[in-house]
Amino acid sequence: MKKRYSIFSLIRNAFSYHENWEKAWKDPEPKKEYDAVIVGGGGHGLATAYYLAKKHNMKNIAVVEKGWIGGGNTGRNTTIIRSNYLWDASAGLYDHALKIWESLSQELNYNVMFSQRGVMNLAHNLQDVRDLKRRTHANRLNGIDAVYLNIEEVKKFCPIINTSQDIRYPVLGGTLQRRAGTARHDAVAWGYARGADEMGVDIIQNCEVKGIKRNGDTVEGIETTKGFIKTKKIGVVAAGHSSVIANMAGLKLPLESKPLQALVSEPVKPIIDTVVMSNAVHAYVSQSDKGELVIGAGTDDYVSYSQKGSHDIVEGTLNAILELYPIFSRMRMLRQWGGIVDICPDASPIISKTPVKGLYFNCGWGTGGFKATPGSGDLFAHTIANDEPHKLNAAFNINRFVSGDLVDEHGAAAVAH
Amino acid sequence: MFLINCPFCGEREQSEFKAGGEAHIVRPKQPTELSDDEWAEYLFMRKNIKGIQFERWNHAHGCRKWFNMVRDTSNDQIKAVYKMGEKPPVK
Repeated sequence: MKKRYSIFSLIRNAFSYHENWEKAWKDPEPKKEYDAVIVGGGGHGLATAYYLAKKHNMKNIAVVEKGWIGGGNTGRNTTIIRSNYLWDASAGLYDHALKIWESLSQELNYNVMFSQRGVMNLAHNLQDVRDLKRRTHANRLNGIDAVYLNIEEVKKFCPIINTSQDIRYPVLGGTLQRRAGTARHDAVAWGYARGADEMGVDIIQNCEVKGIKRNGDTVEGIETTKGFIKTKKIGVVAAGHSSVIANMAGLKLPLESKPLQALVSEPVKPIIDTVVMSNAVHAYVSQSDKGELVIGAGTDDYVSYSQKGSHDIVEGTLNAILELYPIFSRMRMLRQWGGIVDICPDASPIISKTPVKGLYFNCGWGTGGFKATPGSGDLFAHTIANDEPHKLNAAFNINRFVSGDLVDEHGAAAVAH
Repeated sequence: MFLINCPFCGEREQSEFKAGGEAHIVRPKQPTELSDDEWAEYLFMRKNIKGIQFERWNHAHGCRKWFNMVRDTSNDQIKAVYKMGEKPPVK
């Protein structure tokens, strides 16, 4: 049993100069065999392991990660959490996650700094206005909080927005989900890792998967840089590298991996206390607790695994940001980076069994996976443990690309994919 | 950002081009005779290779012609460009 984090443990450890904190997770060598192995130690993978151990009583499991945990897209996203999706299937999936977010810090005994500061989506033309109003109604029918704001209400909610009607893409209104917000991305990975480790999950870092061993239509184990690991169930949560792992198992996925960029500014005093996203001009911005503006750009349109994106994508995003927030014109950008996102043709995720028995994929989150981390882990754990999807992720099966029953949120999601 | 040597116009910035995805996927001659699996394979399934990939590009803000490219997707290095209908110059 790990010692609980609290104000008292903080004070107690202050006396020993914070040098005697217990390790949050062990660093074990892999065992010869596990009941299940999760490939990918990001937020989704660690959450999957956590819920497998907690809700499905599978303790003899491992998470293998080629780098360090949370070093991939978990640490590269812009930390936005919302559930205001148009279609019922998506609304169910993302709101399931949002409900878990609301009590996650307490459950994990780890402060994930979940902040329900609201997410506002802007409309810039008549079609945007109609689409956003329609989405607001759809959200409310699904029990998801959403309100439509007119120009004055947008300005009141976020006073630094330029609502002049003379700009190239004037603000005509927006929607607001007040339960939405942000969380500290690293803490999510660390909190789930600590919780999973406490229940006996082996978190094995610097362990890259090199091959998947199949016997006919059944998996037998994985080849890794730390040797062969025997297992009957493999859950792959490898984000941008999902296709690479699928190739090892002789499968093809409907994915394309592309660079997605983000950047942060120098830290400044609090200036924007919410998250504002704009679909039409593809710019979104929030402010971190450190004071940096966190800005998300778009994806490049070519396949790449290089974790670098094109400069013109960043330039386009900053042009849009400056038109909407002239006050930021003299801000300096501190850091810029890219992550590799795996995008499905319908821009919705896959949480599914595959034609290979014992092989499960959780992928295709594209540009918006962070917000779903707890729900994705919970539903993927259910799918792996029962060899059947939960009703909330049944629509996100891999077979939808054959049946044609796509979950098409391309234009309807808050940001164009 | 990288430079692309358009086979028709010469070297230009990548931002002038539009990526068209995996190359050499032949449209089935009789789509009506395909099973749902075969149609899904043609329409959606992609190799999405990390490494040497054959792909289509369009010089969207230039000559607007389509061509093929061989590119290493792990570091964005372009190995070759060649015209539509030509055999790939490298394996």
